[in-house]
Amino acid sequence: MRAFFAPWMVGPNAEPTFLVWIVATLVKMIAVFTVYMVGVALLTLAERKISAWMQDRHGPNRVGKGWLQPVADGVKNFVKEETYPDAANLPLFILAPILSFVPALITWSVIPFAAPWGSVFGNIEMVLAPLPVGFLFILAISSLGVYGIVLAGWSSNNKYALLGGLRSSAQMISYEIAMGMSTIPVLLLAGNVSLSQIVNQQAFETWNVLNLTVAFLIFLVAAFAETNRLPFDLPEAESELITGYHTEYSSMKFSMFFIAEYANMVTASALMATLFFGGWDIPFTLWDNVAPHTALKTLLTLGCFATKTLFFVFLYMWIRWTLPRFRYDQLMSLGWKLMLPLALAYIVAVAATIVTLDALGFEHGSVPFHVGLVLLNTAAVVILFMIVDRGRLVSPAYSRLDRRDLEKLRAVSSPHRAQPVSQAGD
Amino acid sequence: MATKTRTVDVKLSTTGLDSRGRAQRVPLATDEAGNIVPLTAPPSLEPELEGEHMLLNLGPQHPATHGVLRLVLELDGETVVRCIPHIGYLHCGFEKMGEYRQYNQIIPWTDREDYLNSPGNNVAFSLGAERLFGIEITERCKVLRVIAMELSRIISHCVWLGTFCIDIGAFTPFLWIFQQRERVYTMLESWIGARLTTSLTRVGGMGADIPEGWTEDLANFVRTFPKVVAECDAMLTKNGIWVGRTIGLGAMSAEEAVNYGLSGPMLRASGVAFDVRKDFPYLDYETYDFDVPVGQAGDVYDRYLVRMEELRQSTRILEQALKRLPDGPVNVDDHRVILPPKSKATSDMESMIHHFKQVMEGPRPPVGESYVAVESPKGEKGYYMVSDGTSKPVRWRIRPPSFVNLSAIPRMVEGHLLSDVIAINASIDIVMGEIDR
Repeated sequence: MRAFFAPWMVGPNAEPTFLVWIVATLVKMIAVFTVYMVGVALLTLAERKISAWMQDRHGPNRVGKGWLQPVADGVKNFVKEETYPDAANLPLFILAPILSFVPALITWSVIPFAAPWGSVFGNIEMVLAPLPVGFLFILAISSLGVYGIVLAGWSSNNKYALLGGLRSSAQMISYEIAMGMSTIPVLLLAGNVSLSQIVNQQAFETWNVLNLTVAFLIFLVAAFAETNRLPFDLPEAESELITGYHTEYSSMKFSMFFIAEYANMVTASALMATLFFGGWDIPFTLWDNVAPHTALKTLLTLGCFATKTLFFVFLYMWIRWTLPRFRYDQLMSLGWKLMLPLALAYIVAVAATIVTLDALGFEHGSVPFHVGLVLLNTAAVVILFMIVDRGRLVSPAYSRLDRRDLEKLRAVSSPHRAQPVSQAGD
Repeated sequence: MATKTRTVDVKLSTTGLDSRGRAQRVPLATDEAGNIVPLTAPPSLEPELEGEHMLLNLGPQHPATHGVLRLVLELDGETVVRCIPHIGYLHCGFEKMGEYRQYNQIIPWTDREDYLNSPGNNVAFSLGAERLFGIEITERCKVLRVIAMELSRIISHCVWLGTFCIDIGAFTPFLWIFQQRERVYTMLESWIGARLTTSLTRVGGMGADIPEGWTEDLANFVRTFPKVVAECDAMLTKNGIWVGRTIGLGAMSAEEAVNYGLSGPMLRASGVAFDVRKDFPYLDYETYDFDVPVGQAGDVYDRYLVRMEELRQSTRILEQALKRLPDGPVNVDDHRVILPPKSKATSDMESMIHHFKQVMEGPRPPVGESYVAVESPKGEKGYYMVSDGTSKPVRWRIRPPSFVNLSAIPRMVEGHLLSDVIAINASIDIVMGEIDR
């Protein structure tokens, strides 16, 4: 057996051969996909159980004491009737759930989920595709998610769905900018856009959440908006738009949107853990970051990564069952008037601090360098919470139209403005 | 004079068929001379943002219209330009049916009109009937009815708070407060045997006296309920999103509110301290110590604050009612209106006659009319009945507060966004059963 593998065995810290790399990638793909999908199914259960716990009730407890509820839901969704609205644009109607489902899965391919494993076949990276442009790839792919929702809203030929689609397109595009901007300080510190490098930098220096708290807060809010979860679930808003863009969907196509929502949630949580909480890094030790890369280290870091991710998933659920929903104009003004300028100002502040610290001769990663950053950060957080308190963050109903404007708008659609057309025989 | 046939030559931009070959409907209108003209596309206010208004049917089947209210909204983007409420989808004809029923038989209809406030309606109707009959009810009955009315206010406000939360997007307080509502329903069930449609009262008394140990249940409820209200208060009142979603929304000035005939929390939120319990007291409400919360801005947030405070004030009234609950008979000692006990009906000649007359004919009020208004959770609720001396009313009418309050909805929502329509509609606290009757 050992003789059979011998040609591919290259020692724990060497690069694996091409064949080993292919096999390892395939195995990782299957493993990640399986864990991800099963995890998402279990998250639907977790959401219901957690909400039940917060709301002082039992939650699902019938099918297999509740544990088999996701299976029952899945079977139900498969055997339910597929309905197609008469006036729907059928190709787009079918394409939309796929488009919203796939990007959520693809994003996962560049997130490093554990320390590399130094096997006898070489050093196997615990990430599906260690892309050098990892983070840019994520930004690119996550913008695709909006297409699924917009197309679903438009192709359903339903007014509520249309409004949901419109809301989500505006919302996701607005918050994507803030989200992208909020991560630039992270890249400035790491000096790289590869997620593995970002994790390494945090492991050897400090977690970014301490250095860049403001960026983390902006990213957190933007991630909530990107995933359409409360308090930003305006595209769905069941009390206003029935269920928004997926009003007309049934059975498995509806379920795809549902899975996509949870998949997006997990992905965003994993990103938060990776960008700001050290990814798979075990805190307060460098034992996991240096060779030899044993299987034990890989497993432990995987557990660490899962814990961080699940904490953010829990945060998602916690907030969903606590807060009410924003209104459309509040959402927009929060995104454009607060988060974007704040993110831009923060980029300037962090860049200036880094340049200054460099000029003063402090090395990247040295203790004084981080003390400087943390000081800036503390000041920024204090100012942020002093100035942007709740009264300013969410504007009350200033959006109401003036009475005169209303009359003008009404006149627009009044039938009396109809122009007579040419008449014959009179 | 020969009639001239007139043909209208309409130049169509399309073939008149849609993509599937079905005839397309062309909207037609008439000009000032009565000629038929097709509707042209409206010119845009902002030519660079060329667009058209969208008509949206909000309801009658919509999760947030609290029943079968239908609002036809003309939307410019998401801004409501025009709002036309349509009602009548739940018309049951309670008032007409009442003309063929004896007074006690109408009480079940009052359960079903404002079905979130059944005990309160029962009491209100009985008060009206008793004024017509000229009956003075017993002291114990008065206190029991106050308890019923305030419990009724609490369960109605519980539903309002829960649905209001859901409409604005907060789900959790809904379940917290509905648990309390269930507790009240369980108490009502042990009192009268029914939960939702209680039929708690009779003309001249109550359907049943409270069972043994019931006052302890109530005392327990009065003690623990404010804690849950405080929890919901902590979740919402100072929540930034909640405040931002409700302040300045659908504001009605005091003058406007009076002109629209609003009543109840809707009126008080606008700054008018009108409460039937204080201004036209019934059931000795003037002897209870409670405050009437009054708002300032008349917006959705003020309505929310007023109702939350009413929940607390109701528990205060319940506390006092519990303390003063006297012993003694519940029903008046007059077997012409109150059924004699069954055992006496089978053993005593006079009682048997009363029993027979009441079951076969029903109690007869003198000729006359009466109107009694009470402070229902939704506002001033009135029952008006006219008697011609027979055992059935000639006319029986309800003054439904929800109906009058709803009439202000176009004024309140026009100019706001679609999301605000839901919040404003929820803040009116309508019950379609009462509006359509």
